[in-house]
Amino acid sequence: MSEGITKTAARNIFFGGTIFFFVIFVALTVHSHLYIVNVSTDSSTLNDSVARGKHVWEKNSCINCHTIFGEGAYFAPEVGKVWIKFGGADDPEMGKEVLKAWMEAMPTGIEGRRQMPAFNLTDQEHEDLAAFFEWISRVDTQGWPPQPEE
Amino acid sequence: MKYQTQKLAYPYFVAAMGLFVAQVLGGLIAGTIYVFPNFLSEILPFNIIRMIHTNALIVWLLMGFFGATYYLLPEEAETEIYSPKLAWIQFWLFLFAAASAVVGYLFGVHEGREFLEQPLWVKIAIVIVALMFMFNISMTLLKGKRTAISIILITGLWGLTLFFLFAFYNPSNLSLDKMYWWYVIHLWVEGVWELILAAILGFLLIKMTGVDREIIEKWLYVIVGLALFSGLLGTGHHYYWIGTPGYWQWLGSIFSALEVFPFLAMVIFAFYIVRKSTRNHPNKAALLWVLGCTVLSFFGAGVWGFMHTLAPINFYTHGTQITSSHGHLAFYGAYVMINLAIISYAMPHLRGMQPYNQNLNMWSFWITSSGMVFMTFTLTAAGVLQTHLERVLGMNYMDVQEQIALFYWMRLGSGIVVVIGVLLFVYATFAKGKEEQAEIR
Ligand code: HEM
Ligand SMILES: [Fe+2]
Repeated sequence: MSEGITKTAARNIFFGGTIFFFVIFVALTVHSHLYIVNVSTDSSTLNDSVARGKHVWEKNSCINCHTIFGEGAYFAPEVGKVWIKFGGADDPEMGKEVLKAWMEAMPTGIEGRRQMPAFNLTDQEHEDLAAFFEWISRVDTQGWPPQPEE
Repeated sequence: MKYQTQKLAYPYFVAAMGLFVAQVLGGLIAGTIYVFPNFLSEILPFNIIRMIHTNALIVWLLMGFFGATYYLLPEEAETEIYSPKLAWIQFWLFLFAAASAVVGYLFGVHEGREFLEQPLWVKIAIVIVALMFMFNISMTLLKGKRTAISIILITGLWGLTLFFLFAFYNPSNLSLDKMYWWYVIHLWVEGVWELILAAILGFLLIKMTGVDREIIEKWLYVIVGLALFSGLLGTGHHYYWIGTPGYWQWLGSIFSALEVFPFLAMVIFAFYIVRKSTRNHPNKAALLWVLGCTVLSFFGAGVWGFMHTLAPINFYTHGTQITSSHGHLAFYGAYVMINLAIISYAMPHLRGMQPYNQNLNMWSFWITSSGMVFMTFTLTAAGVLQTHLERVLGMNYMDVQEQIALFYWMRLGSGIVVVIGVLLFVYATFAKGKEEQAEIR
């Protein structure tokens, strides 16, 4: 088992191979970066409100309960398409209303049910968060999440 | 212990143990909230607890890596650490930054990307800490002997430092944010951290088995080669559903499936070397952690990782309790256990006692490990049901959670076992040994 290649050869293969795969990885990252900016996401509508909305999401550490595009904590539902669930795709005003009403109803305090904290967002923050959810709901996620017929 | 500066490892290991306890207690509270959802919900919501749980884990593992490096590098390089003073400054700065982060979380001061929630100044402090450390050990290595172990270790540590820099890039395009976020998370645990793991493993095997260094080091290069050749493009298994191109479903599936091999190689390697052992090393506890580490990292990272890594499967399991089950056993098997292995090995030397409470330490091995394995089973069962009910049948998320409540109870039970095991480990590490003895030279 120990024969075959020498230690120096093993080392050279390690460093050479690593550089080889790293270069490919970086090249594909560049390609994916351009693909995201130009194809899968709508850069033209990524305005300040969307950016601020993302910050609202971050400031309140929503990701440590929810998932977004399937990543985060697994304590609360996925939010990638919540805009559509709240009817925002057909009627944006309604989407905003429902989202705001939802946030403001928290915590429900219902015994035995998981609680979402009250975040006391300002009107501007509600507006921005809605813009963020609207924007991400249009990202091309290769068909994820699965949408079984109920 | 041959070199004075190896003692620098001590404060790092002590702090690591403290944060380890904080981490598992945080986990215990989080597990409790799963079954009693109203528990603490007004004062300390789940998201805050979880940040403490995950961040304490990462910080104590890093503390452990720093300590392990200070411990093993002088022996490998056959020279003292370049600047002990810098190592001490680095230690206090890191501890201060970590402690402030945790206290800040309790008061709602944090950023909001998973695992990278540290406020900006803490992130900057982490970079300064890492650069101080890298400078110190690079200088040590430059003046000393360069072995394969120390070269692999330092390559891993440089990678750790460099990839952390992506934590500062947070574009407002969510898909871009996620793509580069994985440069930190995936390229750490399935890339450069594996180098650190392999180096510590190699060091411990050389010390404890007396097997020829040439053989061990050649193996190490093969293992870390397998790790990076598969792990770099294996990042693609996180690029299926976040807005990245479709070809990642092929590349990610193929290369991440290959990520099983370095973990498999580590098991074979460790058992093969131990069988060839020419030495009957008295520290049986450390050897147990070493072998256990290779086995459980193979299952946690290798088998549980493979389970959901192929794109057509991941389509259904992505972001369910399946992910959680894998995350727990992989972190435990690989990075927790290698740290506990080197701590079990080094502490008797650092504290100047004979192999101390070996029995208690070995009990803690079995208790903690069985707790973690059982936790993984319960989360896996929860995840399989969740995947089926929610992703295949289309049931509502919250309704599904009610269906799988039983498993969260069992998870809490296993969490209690883990906490007991961890406390026992800490006790065994710091209590006076039965056969307390003079300094081993
Ligand atoms: C010791 C090494 C490893 C550690 C510590 C680890 C840890 C983790 C963690 C914590 C996550 C969840 C990240 C999140 O919050 O989104 C994750 C996700 C994942 N890991 Fe690993 N992992 C390791 C190795 C592997 C390996 C070797 C494979 C494949 C063979 C793998 C496959 C995956 C996959 C597919 C996901 C995404 C799950 C999803 O879609 O939700 N991991 N890993
Ligand atoms: Fe990964």
